[in-house]
Amino acid sequence: MLMAEVTSLANSREEKAIWSVLETVMDPEVPVLSVVDLGIVRGVKTDGDDVEVTITPTYSGCPAMTVIELDILTAMKRNGYPKTHVKTVFSPAWTTDWLSDAGREKLRAYGIAPPEKGGAGKLQSRISALLGEEQTAPCPHCGASDTKLVSAFGSTPCKSHYTCNICLEPFDHFKCH
Amino acid sequence: MTTATSTPTSTIDKNALFTYALRLGDDALILSHRLGELVAHAPELEEDIALTNIGLDLLGQVRALYTYAGQVEGKGRDEDAIAFLREERDYKNLLLVEQPNEDFAHVIARQFLFSAMSLPFYEALAKSSDETLAGIAQKAIKEVRYHVSHSAKWVIRLGDGTEESHRRMQDALDALWMYTGEMFVMDDVERAVLDAGIGVDRESLRATWNDTVTTVLTEATLTTPADGWMASGGRDGRHSDHMGYILTELQFMQRAYPNMTW
Repeated sequence: MLMAEVTSLANSREEKAIWSVLETVMDPEVPVLSVVDLGIVRGVKTDGDDVEVTITPTYSGCPAMTVIELDILTAMKRNGYPKTHVKTVFSPAWTTDWLSDAGREKLRAYGIAPPEKGGAGKLQSRISALLGEEQTAPCPHCGASDTKLVSAFGSTPCKSHYTCNICLEPFDHFKCH
Repeated sequence: MTTATSTPTSTIDKNALFTYALRLGDDALILSHRLGELVAHAPELEEDIALTNIGLDLLGQVRALYTYAGQVEGKGRDEDAIAFLREERDYKNLLLVEQPNEDFAHVIARQFLFSAMSLPFYEALAKSSDETLAGIAQKAIKEVRYHVSHSAKWVIRLGDGTEESHRRMQDALDALWMYTGEMFVMDDVERAVLDAGIGVDRESLRATWNDTVTTVLTEATLTTPADGWMASGGRDGRHSDHMGYILTELQFMQRAYPNMTW
């Protein structure tokens, strides 16, 4: 009983240390966000020297996933975890609602409008809803709410492209997903 | 791709499940290839990015579906072997997705007619008893929603646009309509997978699809083509002339440099 408790404590301390390592791994496309901020790290499991990090893609075809996996393995190796394995899962599907508050603020400061909090849950599939849907994105540069969607598809699969009607600057919006 | 998967359900005929995953993957791969042909050829920069982003979403779905198909088959084939090293008859995609780009209206019509089926399909598949397919579906729903909305808005813009854009949009719908029937056919494979609690009743998707198409075409001032003779054969590997040309390009690197890797 006592042994089990000690082991579980050691494990969790170990896992905490691993989470801190993962917090230093940045998204290659949005380099101000760590993979932890982004919410794509779904779990860390240790078994002796073996570490399993579970991640989930933002979009099925996200080309950054291969780089992210490699970056995680590199960071882990550098920090003394050479026997790390990265597992990719699709379920439960990633949602922008998993973005941390700190992550949202970092996005805004970087010039990307963050997704509306809780916005992903409101998305519907009926055609009337799809045609009427307008995601709002306040301008990350001047803060104005008077902005215009240019294209629902932006520089990466997770972003759409907007222009601010007040300061006239173009900007990316991390779309609700 | 190292994707965690559940063990394939034992009560289902492995062959049927393999073919099912393959069909879904082939639909997405061939459509994704058609969209890929538009890189740097779309009418404007934003549209170039949009169409290829849609293609990229589809390609992501393909990778997961082929990886799973390979695991179910159990012959050691990975996603690349399935994508690149098959003969034309072994591809089981819908005839609709292999139809050529022609003009922008054809690209939009093909996308809209397909995605309007795909969305309710994946919503149903998300409830599958097969955890891997359900997981792929849950992910795909979020992506396909944008595909429906994007293509529907273009159908409306072109249909309710100028005389020329209206004519082209109507022509594209009329030309592609005969490939839509195949999307709802339940054959032995579809039925076996449905009976095992894994698949989707494609006939039941018709109502939602009809509603989506009618709503959008009405808004677009376009005429819904009448149902007539419907082409089929894709699910059994009998393709239109276009398929061979697609594969020539898609498989070129593997044919010219066997076993090459990036």
